[in-house]
Parts: sequence; C-alpha cells; structure tokens
Amino acid sequence: MNYEAGKYDVVVIGAGHAGCEAALASARMGCSTLLVTLSVENIALMPCNPSIGGPAKAQLVREIDALGGEMGINIDKANIQIRLINTGKGPAVQSLRAQADKHEYGREMIKTILGQKGLHLLMAEVEEIETVDEKVNAIVTRTGARYQCQNVVITTGTYLKGRIIAGEVMYDGGPGNQFPAVKLADSLRAMGIRLGRFKTGTPPRVDRKSVNFSKTIEMPGDIQPWRFSYISPQPVREQLSCWLTHSTPETHRIVMDNIERAPLFTGVIKGKGPRYCPSFEDKVVRFAHKSSHQLFIEPEGRDTDEMYIQGLNTSLPEDVQVQVLHSIPGMEEVRMIRTGYAIEYDYVIPSQAKLSLESKMVEGLFTAGQINGTSGYEEAAAQGLIAGINAALKVQAREPFILKRSEAYIGVMIDDLITKESDEPYRLLTSRAEYRLLLRQDNADLRLTEKGRQIGLVDDFRWAIFTEKKKSLAEGTHLLHKTTFTPADKDVDKYLTSKEGAPLRDKTSLWEMLRRTEVKIEDYLNQGWLPPFQPEILEQMEIQAKYEGYINKQQEQVQRFERMESKRIPEDIDYNQVYSLSNESVQRLNEIRPQSLGHASRIAGVSPADINILLIYLAKRRN
Amino acid sequence: MFREDIAALSTPPGEGGIGIIRVSGKGIIDKISKIFIPFSAQEIGQRRGFSLNLGWIIDDDGSKVDEVLLGIMRAPHSYTGEDVIEINCHGGSMPIRRCLQRCLDVGIKLAEPGEFTKRAYLNGRLDLTQAEAVIDIIRAKTDRGLKLAVQQLEGPSHFIAEIEDQLLRVNAMLEASLDFPEEVGDLDYAETKAILLTIKKLMDKLIRAGQRSEIYRDGLKAVICGKPNVGKSSLLNALVKKEKAIVTEIPGTTRDVVEDYINIRGIPVRIMDTAGIRQTEDIVEKIGVEKTREVIEQADLILFVLDAGTGIDKEDMDIFQEVDQSRLIVMVNKEDLERKEISEEKLAELFRDIPVIRASVQKSIGIEALEEAVESRVIQGMLPGDGMEIMINLRQKNALIRSREQVESALITLGQVPLDCLGVDIGGALETMGEISGRTLKDEVIDRIFHDFCIGK
Repeated sequence: MNYEAGKYDVVVIGAGHAGCEAALASARMGCSTLLVTLSVENIALMPCNPSIGGPAKAQLVREIDALGGEMGINIDKANIQIRLINTGKGPAVQSLRAQADKHEYGREMIKTILGQKGLHLLMAEVEEIETVDEKVNAIVTRTGARYQCQNVVITTGTYLKGRIIAGEVMYDGGPGNQFPAVKLADSLRAMGIRLGRFKTGTPPRVDRKSVNFSKTIEMPGDIQPWRFSYISPQPVREQLSCWLTHSTPETHRIVMDNIERAPLFTGVIKGKGPRYCPSFEDKVVRFAHKSSHQLFIEPEGRDTDEMYIQGLNTSLPEDVQVQVLHSIPGMEEVRMIRTGYAIEYDYVIPSQAKLSLESKMVEGLFTAGQINGTSGYEEAAAQGLIAGINAALKVQAREPFILKRSEAYIGVMIDDLITKESDEPYRLLTSRAEYRLLLRQDNADLRLTEKGRQIGLVDDFRWAIFTEKKKSLAEGTHLLHKTTFTPADKDVDKYLTSKEGAPLRDKTSLWEMLRRTEVKIEDYLNQGWLPPFQPEILEQMEIQAKYEGYINKQQEQVQRFERMESKRIPEDIDYNQVYSLSNESVQRLNEIRPQSLGHASRIAGVSPADINILLIYLAKRRN
Repeated sequence: MFREDIAALSTPPGEGGIGIIRVSGKGIIDKISKIFIPFSAQEIGQRRGFSLNLGWIIDDDGSKVDEVLLGIMRAPHSYTGEDVIEINCHGGSMPIRRCLQRCLDVGIKLAEPGEFTKRAYLNGRLDLTQAEAVIDIIRAKTDRGLKLAVQQLEGPSHFIAEIEDQLLRVNAMLEASLDFPEEVGDLDYAETKAILLTIKKLMDKLIRAGQRSEIYRDGLKAVICGKPNVGKSSLLNALVKKEKAIVTEIPGTTRDVVEDYINIRGIPVRIMDTAGIRQTEDIVEKIGVEKTREVIEQADLILFVLDAGTGIDKEDMDIFQEVDQSRLIVMVNKEDLERKEISEEKLAELFRDIPVIRASVQKSIGIEALEEAVESRVIQGMLPGDGMEIMINLRQKNALIRSREQVESALITLGQVPLDCLGVDIGGALETMGEISGRTLKDEVIDRIFHDFCIGK
C-alpha cells in the first residue's frame, strides 16, 4: 500500500558524485529538495580509483567550484596527496590530481549534505517515477512512500540492473556489493526511454602490510601545497606516497594461460567497455609486444590498509587474480582484500536529453552522471551540478543554464553527450575541446563565477574573494602595460643580459617583455619593477601575457563558432517538412533536435549542404 | 548579414575568349581597388552602379596580370543583393586563374558551391517560390562538387591519405602525451620533427605536382636570368617578337621583371625577363634584384643566359650557384662574335646533365634549338614533380597551402612553445587538411590515440 509521504520541488535519486552536486545545487538555490540513496553509508562513494583530477578532469573540478559546486572543496578537505601534473606542457593542460582518502571524502560530503538547509536525506530504493501527461508527478519507494514532485534528477550511476562478473562468478549487484536498482530501469523503459548497456571494471585491493615496498619506486606528492577550490583555506595536509611497480613476462604468461576463463573473451561480457580504461587482460592481448605494464599502488586512505592497484582492473577468476598479483615485484606475498570485478549496467542513451540534461520526452525528468553513459567522478559531478541547477531553474520558471563549448569543459562534455553517439563510456579529454587554450584550470573562476552568481549558487563569501581577485588582476595588468622601459635603461639591460636575452630595441612595456621565454614574472618582483601580488594573480597575468598570441587566435575561432551557435532552431521545427534534407539527416535531426545551426553541424550524418538547406528554410520561415 | 567577401569563376573553366570572375560582399570595392588600376582617372570606389570600367588587374609587385573590364553592381541592385563586381578577363585561362588568385590574395574567400545563389535568396533577391529551386541547386552543386573533387583526387588519393595518416599520427602523439601523461610520457621531439618534415615534403610534392598539371592547362612559368647585358631582354623580345623590355647597352637598365605570354610549340609559356642579378648599391635596382630572386624561385623553368664574348666569370657562377639546377636550361648568347671565351670543354665540365644551347639572339641563331629544349623538358617530364598526373583544383590547392603553412609554423615553434600552443598549429593543419576530403579528421585523433598507444593505467 502506498502512502503520501511528502512533497518536494526537486527529488534527486542517488547520492554519488552527481547526486550530491545536484541536491546541493537545488537546495542552495532555494528549492525544497529530497536526496534519496540506497545507502547513507555510501554517499559520495569512490568505488573505483581513489583519485580526483588529471587532464581535463581538474579543469572540470575547477569549473564546478567556480559555479558554487562542492567537489573541489570536498577533495581539499579529504586528500592524502595532491600534485600538479603536465607541468611544462603548457598552461592549458597543466592539471591538479589528488589521491583521496575515500572514507574521509564520503564523511565530509555527508556532513555537508546533512548541514544543508532545505535538503532532506532519505535511505530508500525508488521503484517508480510516476508521470502524468509525460510530466513527472511523483516518485514511489519500495516501501510504499509516495513523494510528490515535478522535477526528478536521476543519478543512479552503475546501479541500474548492475551485474557483477569475476571469472565464472556472476551475480546481480551494484558496485561494492550494493543492491542493484532493477525496478527503476523498468520504470524508465515504460516511459519510452531507450537504455543501452556498458561495462566497466575495477582492480583488486591488497593489504598494505603484505606489500614489499623495497621492490617498488616511491612516488611522493608535491611539496608545494595545492588546492582545487578557489575558496578553500591554504592546505596544510600531510602527503602520503604512492608506489610504482610493473607487470612481468610471468604475469602476462599467467593471463594468457587462463584467457579462456576470461569473461571478456568468452562472450559472457556483452557491454562495451572504455578504451581508456581497459582490463589488464585486454592490454596483454592487444599489446602483446609489450612485456611490461606500469602499475601504481595507491593508498585508499589514512585510516585503512587497503591499497588500490591502478592499472590492474580485471574480471579474471579470483584464483587467477591472486596468481597475477604474486607475479608482480613487491607483491610476491601480497594478501588480496577485495577481488577485482567487471560490472555491466544499463545507461540512458544520452541523445534523448536536451543540453539542460532534461529529457526530451518526459518533462521534469533529468539524468546526470554515469547513467548518461559517462565515466569518472568529475564528469558525474559536473553533470549533477548542471542537472540540479536546471531542475531548480525550472521550479523558478527561469531559462535553462547551458554552457557553450567555448565557455567550459562542462559545455564540451554535455554537447558531445547529446550530439555524438558513443559506443563506450564517455570520458572527457583535453583533446575534445576545440578551444583548449581558453578553458584552463587557472581561469575557471574568471570564466564562470559571474554566471554562478547570476544563477544564485555563488554565495557572498565566494563572491567577495572573486571580486577582490578581479580587482587585483586589473590593477596588476594595468601596471604591466603602463610600466615601460627603453634600451637606455641600464637595469633592464643588465637583467636581460643575465637571462641571455637580446637587449631591448624599442620602448617596451613589462607586459610585452613578459612574452619572451627567458623573462619570468617573479623576476619583476625581485627587480622591484612590480609590487607584490598573490601568486595566482601573478600566474594569471603571466599566462595571459605569454600566450596572448595563441589566446587571441583561439578567441577569433570562438567568434566564428559563436556566429553559427547564435542561429537558433525553433523547438517546434518539423524536419520532415524541410524540403530536400537527406533521409539520414532528418532521422538524426529528429533524434537530437539541435538547438542551433552550430549544434546541428556537429551531428554525424548532417552534411554542409543540409546546414545550408536549414539556413534557407529558417529564413523562409521568418519571412 | 554575411561577413565574408566571396569570389569564384563564373564561366566554365577551360579555354575561351573571355572568362568572368564574380565577386560579392560588403568590402569588395575596397579590396578590388587594391588590385585594379583603371584607365580612367576615377577610382572604382567613386563609380556608380551598372558601370563598366576598363583597366588592369595587377600583381603585388605592380606588374600587370590582365587587361579586364570590370562591371560594378551596387547593393541592393545585384544578383546577390550585395555589392557585386564582375571581372571580365581577356587573356585566356591562365590570366583568369591569376586574377582569381589576386582576389584571394586581398582577403576575398573562394565561394562555396551555390553560395551566390544562397546569398541571393537570403538577402531577399529571389522569390520565395524559388527557394526550393535554390535548394536543389545547392544540393546538386555541393554533392556533385564534392563527388567530382573526390573523383578528381583519385590519382593522388594515396598521397592525400598518406598526409592525413601522418598528420593524424603526429596529432595522436601530441594529444596522448597531454591527456595520458603517465602512460605515454613526454612527446618525442625528434620523432615529431621527423614526421612534420615528412608531411611537409609530401605536401610540397603534391603542390608541385599540382603546379605541373597547371602547366598543361595554364602554361609554364619560365624566367630568363643572367648577369647584366648578356642579352636577356633581347632573348625575350626574340621570343615574343615584339618590343617590350627596354634594351640598351648600359648594364642594369632592365629594372623590373617584364613578362609576356607566348606559345612554344603548343605549350603556353608565361615568360619573364629579370633585372640582371648583380651586386648593386642602387636602391631602385636593388629592389629589382630581390624581386628577381623571388620570381626565379617560383619559376618552373629557368633560362640562364651567358655571354660568349665575356666568358664565364665569378658573377655568372654566383648566379648559377643560386638557382635550382634541375629546372635550368643554359643558353650561351653572342655565338656570332669572333672571339669566343667559352670552350665546349668548359661547358661540359660546368653544366653536366644540363641542356646547353649555343645561340645568337641578334642573328636569330639557336632560337629553334631553345624552343626544342623547352618542349622536351616539358614532355619528358624533366620538370619538377615526379610524373604524377594530378589535377588539383584551386580549393584543394588553397587548403594544402594553408595546411602546409601550419605545419611550417609548428616546425618553427616546436620546442619553443609549450605543447598546448603547438597543438593549435598541428591540430589546425589536420583540420585544414580535412577540407580536401570533406572529413572531420579531428574526431579521428582520439581513435588514433587508442590505436597507437597502450592507454589505461
């Protein structure tokens, strides 16, 4: 028997990285919000790699933070190691990466959730989403509680019809031995939503006490204290090391001897797995000429002895996993705590959503995170944030919040998801961004904080920090432009000579001089040419001056791009009525329902001729 | 509404009495003014609509490309509704193509298929009922255009595929090192440089082969060079059989590059006389000398003139060292003189494997032999290129040249700028290359990464 349990503006189903962001955003924007989870203990769980950041992903975390999201603040509270990687490859691809204390990460997130005004937490399994006239009306839990709501954000990760596989052993389940969500998948299918099936996997975990670290290479964190969030206090956390080892020819022999027992090769696993995160057995087969693969041993936290073996994700039978581990230097005597496994799960084919992440078919139904066929905590959190924001905006009868490809990695990711079909879980890469030089982790706040403020997510505290930074940046930039030297200035001549640089030829500003590779902004401080500024202000000015030529080049490209993006396609367009479009185009356009001509041009199968035809059709319509 | 100015050849390509280039857009009057010298005193900016203007299309060095009749139609009273200029060219297919190239040089874009008609419609110049007809035209032109271009490319398609493949490879190397630093490590600069050089070489080859096909269609660029007063202008005159360059006895009087179109045994030849290459302090002449070097670099064929009376001196050898010997024909002039300072042995020793003609321009000796040598160079495929019969259209050539510029820029900045900046050029080269086959090659980079590298920690 169902009973009326309450009424909310927004209900979020699932409390992983997407769900937490969605729920917090919605509540912070003033909407009454219910966050439903299968297990309160597993809020913001990291069932796989205990790590946040890396190329493109760090940029995402910074973007989430700039908009008023939680992930950056939370990882700053709960990391055990943080490093800046890709240094020396350029400002656009430099990125932070942190090892997380996974238990602490979850605990800190639970604290934030429970402390959030307007946000209620509920442990239950949602079995049904009730709709009326293709609009969300309520959700119903397994125990019969019915909550009225017009907006639902589904962030169920890999739990939809989850199925665990390790060798010959198979059972229905979510990650980390949780219950799978079965009925919800049926409820979605009943609404006419098409689901696909993906596969992913995780490596075994071992006991720290049984690892012989003397046979591995220590990988310490950076000495310089980094932070993800623009508003976190300066970090003073002790850094734990990771350890590097590698597989051996013996390891590969063991894998090959047991390959007929590998579910990946016997046809048991049908879901498509990600190429960027292949199973170890897949790597051994595909790259047979390599006699060794890198493996990182990473602590899962300060208060646990569990160690994660990065690079060894596998669904081989448990007995083979033990043999594999024992063939690896440093792990000859290792004790396995958790077995590695593959998981297959249902996902919602993401082209059924709009750029706001609301379903095109069911009004008020939002999906975010792994359920949209992505992988990664950061990708999930970013979508959760956008879905939460848009659910709240809908409650407030405001326009949806959509970021363009030229504004944020979030925009690149969602546009890709909606537009391009992918036959593997989607992971963000810096190479997916056309305007990479503009979408840096150092300027995410400059790109997005004002937008976050307009939405109502950026609080006064963050806003004050941001406006102070902008003011300081303007001052510094002005000084760099205003201060000029001539070839007659002895100081500069001496300085440039000491840097083995050519002498000045004309009157040159500090800004222009910064373009030289040998000139560093810290030198200006040492020379007394520039008064002291915060390190991030100095960094920002140096990047803007040094790469001005390339940045301007990309900005010109953005202008061309935005011209096509600004040509809107009305929502009620009937592509069947557009004369001379190819059949394939009509089908793809009907499926994706692009919001602009620029968007349409990115759909596979839509040719330049089709875009011209649409342009003419739209002009005809206007007349 | 449209920001870009466009131009295209409006008459069918090939030989014809005249050819028309149509230009449309907001800024075209200003742009065309830069390359058009009217016979009348009035600049075209001051001319009203529906006026015809006789004048010259000029090269960037001020030399004349073709005598043309320019029709101006002012917006909105034109086919497209924008300012339109129609350039009526007279000099056959090669000058027409050069006039079009001049339009592109001043920042006018090559029009897409059907683009004039599209603009006409969008600017309200065509009736609504005509819309569908317009669509048919665009559909037909675009699809057929692409098909044609692809068919055309069948010859060199393996070449294009090779360039694409190498570009994809180098892009994947770079992107993998950025997105998967721990698995892939740093970019191998030496390998990157080697691949970029290979790509550049392939592109050079293809562009040159394309030029070769242009020779058959449009003629050959030949240049006459040699130290002052060896008889270069006289040779040009003998070949065109009319007075064009000023011929005097004072060295250094031919200061500009002077050119004409001639026909040597059925092969159209654009022949240029040059200022004598000479170390000089005279500023005016210096400009001429520099221009000469440039022209020689671009020529398909170089006629190197020596003076039998003065012998071969250091000045001659300096010039000889500077020019590309694979495109050279040596002509020893003034053979009619009594005292000859150049021996057969000397010629054989200096110019091994290079055709040498002994002639006297004044006495009309050796002109036939020279024409024969030119013809046999073309026919025997001794000209640069490698026997590839390739037709590259202007659009493809433009894309190739732009892509090559980006490759060159990447080669210069490799090691000087961070990898993300390098990616702007390397990625740009790939994207531009995609215009040739109509593919979005950028999307294939990620596939390539997983193909070439073992990703996944």
